[in-house]
Amino acid sequence: MSQKAKLREYHAAVWDEPVVMEMGGPGRRGLVFREPEKEVSDIVGTAKGLVPRSMYRTDLPNLPELSEQEVQRHYLHLSQETLGMMGISLFGTCTMKYNPRLNEIIASRPEVSETHPLQHQDTLQGTLELIHNFDLILRELSGMDNFAFQAGGGAHAAYTHCCITRAYHKSRGQLEQRNEVITSIQAHPCNPATAAAAGFHVITLPLEEDGYPSVDALRAAVSDRTAALLINNPDDMGIYNPHIADWVEIVHEAGGLCFYDHANFNGVMGKIRARELGFDACMYMLHKTFGAPKGGGGPAVGAYGCTAELAPFLPSPVVTKELSGYGLDYSRPNSVGHIREFWGNVPQVIKAYSWARAMGAVGIERAAEISVIANNYMESRLLKIRGVTKSHPTINGPRMEMTRYSLERLTEETGVTVNDVSNRMVDFGIDAPWLAHHPWLVPEPITPEAGESYSKEDLDYWIDVLAEVVREAYETPEIVKKAPHRQAIPQINGDALDEPEKWAMTWRAYCRKHRNENG
Amino acid sequence: MSGAERDTHPYMPNSAGHAQEEMLKAIGVKDIEALFKQIPPHHRLKSSLQLPDQLSSELELRKHLLSVLSRNSNCEQNLNFLGAGCWQHHVPAICDEIVGRTEFLTNVWGTPSSDHGRNQALFEFCSQLGELLKLDMVGLPVYSYGCAIGHAVRMASRITGRNQVLVPAMIDPERLSVIKNYCEPIDMASHIEVLYIAYDASSGTLDIDDLRSKLSDRVAAVYLEVPNYVGVIESRASDIAQMARACGTETIVGCDPISLGLLSSPVDYGADIVVGPVQPLGIHMNCGGGVSGFIASRDTERYVRQYNTLNISIAETNRSRQYGFGLSCAGQTSYGLREEGRDWTGNSTYLWAIAAAVYMSLAGPLGFREVGELISQQSNYARHRLCEIEGVSSAFDGHIFKEFVLNFDQAGRSVADINSQLRARNVFGGLDLSSYFPELGQSALYCVTELHNKEDIDSLATHLSEVLAS
Repeated sequence: MSQKAKLREYHAAVWDEPVVMEMGGPGRRGLVFREPEKEVSDIVGTAKGLVPRSMYRTDLPNLPELSEQEVQRHYLHLSQETLGMMGISLFGTCTMKYNPRLNEIIASRPEVSETHPLQHQDTLQGTLELIHNFDLILRELSGMDNFAFQAGGGAHAAYTHCCITRAYHKSRGQLEQRNEVITSIQAHPCNPATAAAAGFHVITLPLEEDGYPSVDALRAAVSDRTAALLINNPDDMGIYNPHIADWVEIVHEAGGLCFYDHANFNGVMGKIRARELGFDACMYMLHKTFGAPKGGGGPAVGAYGCTAELAPFLPSPVVTKELSGYGLDYSRPNSVGHIREFWGNVPQVIKAYSWARAMGAVGIERAAEISVIANNYMESRLLKIRGVTKSHPTINGPRMEMTRYSLERLTEETGVTVNDVSNRMVDFGIDAPWLAHHPWLVPEPITPEAGESYSKEDLDYWIDVLAEVVREAYETPEIVKKAPHRQAIPQINGDALDEPEKWAMTWRAYCRKHRNENG
Repeated sequence: MSGAERDTHPYMPNSAGHAQEEMLKAIGVKDIEALFKQIPPHHRLKSSLQLPDQLSSELELRKHLLSVLSRNSNCEQNLNFLGAGCWQHHVPAICDEIVGRTEFLTNVWGTPSSDHGRNQALFEFCSQLGELLKLDMVGLPVYSYGCAIGHAVRMASRITGRNQVLVPAMIDPERLSVIKNYCEPIDMASHIEVLYIAYDASSGTLDIDDLRSKLSDRVAAVYLEVPNYVGVIESRASDIAQMARACGTETIVGCDPISLGLLSSPVDYGADIVVGPVQPLGIHMNCGGGVSGFIASRDTERYVRQYNTLNISIAETNRSRQYGFGLSCAGQTSYGLREEGRDWTGNSTYLWAIAAAVYMSLAGPLGFREVGELISQQSNYARHRLCEIEGVSSAFDGHIFKEFVLNFDQAGRSVADINSQLRARNVFGGLDLSSYFPELGQSALYCVTELHNKEDIDSLATHLSEVLAS
C-alpha cells in the first residue's frame, strides 16, 4: 500500500515506572515545613496537646518517602507515558482542539490562581469583568439572557437544568405532577442520569429511520406530567434534526421546559441560536468547544444559559454589572442555590473568554465551517476503506462536524473488533478514537471528529493509519488483535477489573488481595 | 500583506492556503453552504453574529487580559485570612510543573496502554489518599467537597433503603445548599429529608442529646465533619459513630486531608464513608476553581457497588511482572446504565487528582505530620493572640484546626465594617458569618495555615487592634 511509507514509526516512552508506593527510602524528604516560632510553641504548647486525645493520630501515614527530584522525575515519566493529544486526537463528541498556551500562563498568574472566591467583590473587578463579558459573548451566540458557570462539566450543566426545572415547576405548584423528563436514546447518558438523580422519571425515545426520533413519538410521550425535554442536536452521528423547532413547540404546549445540550456545538457555531429555535436553556462545554483544556477529565465547565424567565432560578451567585462596577448577587430568593461550592472553575472561564476573543465572530464561524468541511472530507475518504460503513447509510448528504462509522463488516470478515482497531491505531501516534456511548446502536462504532485545529495532512494521516490497520486486519489480523505493540505497556488483562476479590483501587487493596499483606 | 493572509488564524491550519478548496473538491460540493443543507433555512441565525473585535495576535490578547486582570487584588499582595472551603496553602513548585505538562493538561481518555501514565498517576492519587485515610477504596474525585457529601448521602440512602440524613446545623451554607439539591425537594418521591443536629453553643461540637433524639431506623446516615466548618475538632466522634451503628445508620465523615498527619483517620473512630476536599493538597485556590472532592470507604461490595465515580484498578498486562491500570466497576455508572446508573458520572476534576498525587508523594509521612502540627499550633496561637484584643473573643472554646471564629460583639462593630478597614490595610479579614449564623452575632471565620507565620499573625493583631480602636 503506497500510504504505508508515510506512516510514522512512532514508539511511546517506556519507563517501566514503579508505583510510587514502592519507591524511595526511609527518611527521604520532598517537602519540609519549619517548626513554629519558639514564642508560638511557648504559648500554645505541642500540637499533640491541641487535639482531643481520642482524635490524635498515633501512627504516621504509610506514604512513600522520596526526595524532591525523585518525585519530579517519576511524574514527568508518567506524563511522557500519556499519548493524549501529543499525536493526533480526533476523539469524537469531545471536540479536541488546540488549548492556547497563553491562557495557561495567564491563568497561572496570581491575579487568577491566588484569588479567593469570597474576597470582597471590589478586589475581583478584573475577574468579574471577564466573566461578565464572556456571559455577553455566550448570550450573543445562543440568544439566551443569562449564563451561569457553576457547573463543573457538561453533565453537571444537565443536572443544573434538572434543578432549575424542579424550581420552575415548584414555583407554579406543579412539581409533584410534572415528574417526567423526555430524552432520546442518542442523547448523552448524562441527560437521563442527571434527570433520574434529580428525582424525575425518564422517558427515552428511540431513533427512527431518519436518524432521530419521530415527531409522533414525541407527541405520544408528552403529557401534563412532562417536566422537561433534554436533547442534543446535531447528535453524535452528525445528523441534524430538522424538526427540532417543532419539538420545542410540542413540549412547550404540554407545559415542559426545553434544554438544548449543545455538546455538539462546534459545527453550528454562529449558524444557529438555541433561543431562536425556541429553547428555554442550553449548555456549552468550555473545555470542548471553547478551547479550554480537558485535564484528562476536568476541571471543566458546563456554561448554562437560560431565558429571563428562568434566570431567577439560576445557581447563586450570578455576576452583575452596575454603574458602580461588577458584583456578585447572592440574594436571589428563587435561586436553586448551589450545585457546587463557589462560582465555578474561574480559570477555565477565563481561558474560554480568551479563546473567544482570539477567534472573534469571524473566526468562530470559520471554525464551524472548517470542522464541517473536514468531517465531510474525512467521510469521502473513509468510506472508500474496505469494511468501513457509516451509520444510517441510506441517509445521503453531508453530515455536520462528525460522523459515526461502523466497522461491523470488518469484524464479520476478519474477527477484528473496533476495540482492536483502536488499540492498533495508537501504535501510530493516534490518540484512541471515540467509539460510542452505550448502548451501541451502531455495531462496532467509531466516531472521529476533525474539528478546526488539525491540518489536512493530519486528517489524511489519521485516515491512512485506519486504512493501514484495516489492511492488517485482513492480511495479518493477529497484529491488530495483539496490539498495541509500541506503547508504554501492552494490553492490560481486564479480567480482574470487575471481580470484587481481585480489583484494587488502591495500593493497600492490591497488597492485601494480591500479595497477602495486611496493608 | 493581503486580506486573505490576515484571515489566516494561528489556531486553524486549514484557514490558510487551499486546504478548504481541496477538501470541498474531494467531497464534490461547490461551496461550504452546500454542507449545511441539513439545517432548514429558517433555523439559521436571525441576525449576524456580533462579538467584540478579534484579537488573533497573541501579544494583543495578552495585553488585554493582563490589563483587565490588573484590576484584581490577590492573596499574595494581601495578608489573607479567608478559608471556608477554599484554603490558601503552599503549592509545591513541582505540583504546578506536573499539572502544567501538556500531556496531562490536554488529554481526554485514551486506552489503558496509550494513556498509561495518566492512569497510573490517578491510581497513585487514590493509593496515597487511601494511606492517609487507612481505607482500601478511593474513587476518582468528584466536583467538590459538597458534591462528595451529596453522593455519599445518596449512597447511604441506597445502601440502607432509608430516606433521612442528619447533618450538622453548623455547616458551610454553600456545602449545605449543594447537599439539599442532592437530597431533592420534598415534592419528589425519592426525596431524602435533611434533619439538623444542633451544636453545643460553647464548644462548637455536636449536641449529642439532640443527635440521639433524631436518630431512628429511618436515618440513612449521620454526617459530621472533622474539623467542622468553623474549625472545631469533634471530640466525641467515636461515640457518634457507635450511636449511628446501633441504629443501622451509616456514618459519613468529612475531613480535611491536610490534617491527617495529626488527626486520626475517620475510620479509626468508626466512619463508614469518608469524604472531603482535595484542594488543600497542592492546588491553588483559583478563585474557587481549585475545589475538588473525594469519596472513600472500605473495599466491600456493599459500598463499592454504590460509587458513581470512575474507579481505576491496578491490573496485570500480557507481559509478566508489569502493572497496568484500567477502569473498574464502570458498568454501574451512568455510562453503562444511563438513568439506572449510580447518580451520574461525567467530567470532573481529575487534573487536580494528579496535583494531589504529586503533593502527597512530596510531603510523605513526615511532611504531613509537620504541616498538620504547624497549622494546628499557628491557628491556635492566632486564636489566642487575637482574643487578647479588647472586644474580641473566641466564639467557641473547643479544640480547633486551621479555622476559628472570632466574635466582635463586645467591640460594638460589625464584621463588614472591620473587614472594610482591614482591606484598606491590605488584609483580607475572616469571612463574615453574621448573616449565615445570626445567633453568633458579629462573628467572622478566620483561617490560618502553614503559609502564615508569627509575624503575619501579630501583624493582623496590630491592624485589628488599631481598627477597633479607631
